[in-house]
Amino acid sequence: MYEVISAISKWMLPVLLVFIPLYALIRRVSIYESFVEGAKEGFPTAVQIIPHLVGMMVAVSIFRDSGALQFGLQLLKPVTEWLHIPEEVLPVGLLRPISGTGSLAFVESILRTYGPDSFIGKLASTIQASTDTTLYVITVYFGAVGIKRSLYALKVGLWADLAGFLFSWLICSMVFQ
Amino acid sequence: MINYIWLFMIVAGFIAAALQGRIDLVTLAALKGAKEAVAVCIGLISILVFWLGMMRIAKDAGLLEKLAHLLRPVAKLLFPSVPPDHPAMGYILSNMSANFFGLGNAATPMGLKAMEELQKLNPDPKTATPAMCTLLALNTSGLTLIPTTIIGIRMKHGSVDPTDIIGPTLIATFCATTCAILLDRYYQRREWNR
Repeated sequence: MYEVISAISKWMLPVLLVFIPLYALIRRVSIYESFVEGAKEGFPTAVQIIPHLVGMMVAVSIFRDSGALQFGLQLLKPVTEWLHIPEEVLPVGLLRPISGTGSLAFVESILRTYGPDSFIGKLASTIQASTDTTLYVITVYFGAVGIKRSLYALKVGLWADLAGFLFSWLICSMVFQ
Repeated sequence: MINYIWLFMIVAGFIAAALQGRIDLVTLAALKGAKEAVAVCIGLISILVFWLGMMRIAKDAGLLEKLAHLLRPVAKLLFPSVPPDHPAMGYILSNMSANFFGLGNAATPMGLKAMEELQKLNPDPKTATPAMCTLLALNTSGLTLIPTTIIGIRMKHGSVDPTDIIGPTLIATFCATTCAILLDRYYQRREWNR
């Protein structure tokens, strides 16, 4: 099963790369011109995102590196102890929505300490993989088109992250333990 | 809400650093964060330029309309406020497909194009529309078929079976995405009733 899915994933990009221009040429599109025309928008879009992302990542970085994150983890410890969630994966879950590279660093240290095939290692991997970095996605998507009021998008994203964390734990406990 | 979270992270960091007597951590972290953010954006340039070029070919060839037409029932269900023939739909569906098939870096350019098109339908360009929030809900919950990055990392650490997390991950991400869609609907309705 995995081989099939993995093959699809590996072939996807090269196939698209051939298929799109080929199909377009048959439909008499001047493909190279179209490519350049569309590609022109790439640079301004990336530049447009810079201020939004700098603002957000400065705050995330201060929160993470100053020790505030560690303090938050101490506060959450009784809750996870009560639920019997291993405390090692707590930083992964807490950082996942705000900093993807930050939580990945914790996953790596768990894999190093406990091994990738331990229960904690599998749980940390699942938590990391089951969701995307909410704060980054919201900053980039809304930043690119200049939306100031994001309504309830952040709330939905964060609640879904919590759900992803709890479901990961629940499913891993059933499958791997 | 984003204002409060932003301020909270900075103030909490300031207090934590001050209590440890290491206020220099705040300065270091701030500059490091800014540097990382610019590096991410620089990295995005190549991806955006490449994929927006490819997407323009697909659009000029009518491929996006085809995709939108093919997945019409899904789109209608998730994005009732967007006209089914609107170009936004094609970008939204390519964004979803790219996410699902693990073409992570193609998903962002397609998603940003979708946002741009949705913005054209927006009566108030400073405020998000329900359709935008739904697109964000789908993207933040990260529905994906194979988590390639994490499998790579598990391999690097010498896992006997690096892929055995695929099943649990798929179930967890599916549940999280379902929650996101339901919550999105709930808040959408509440916003409407005001």
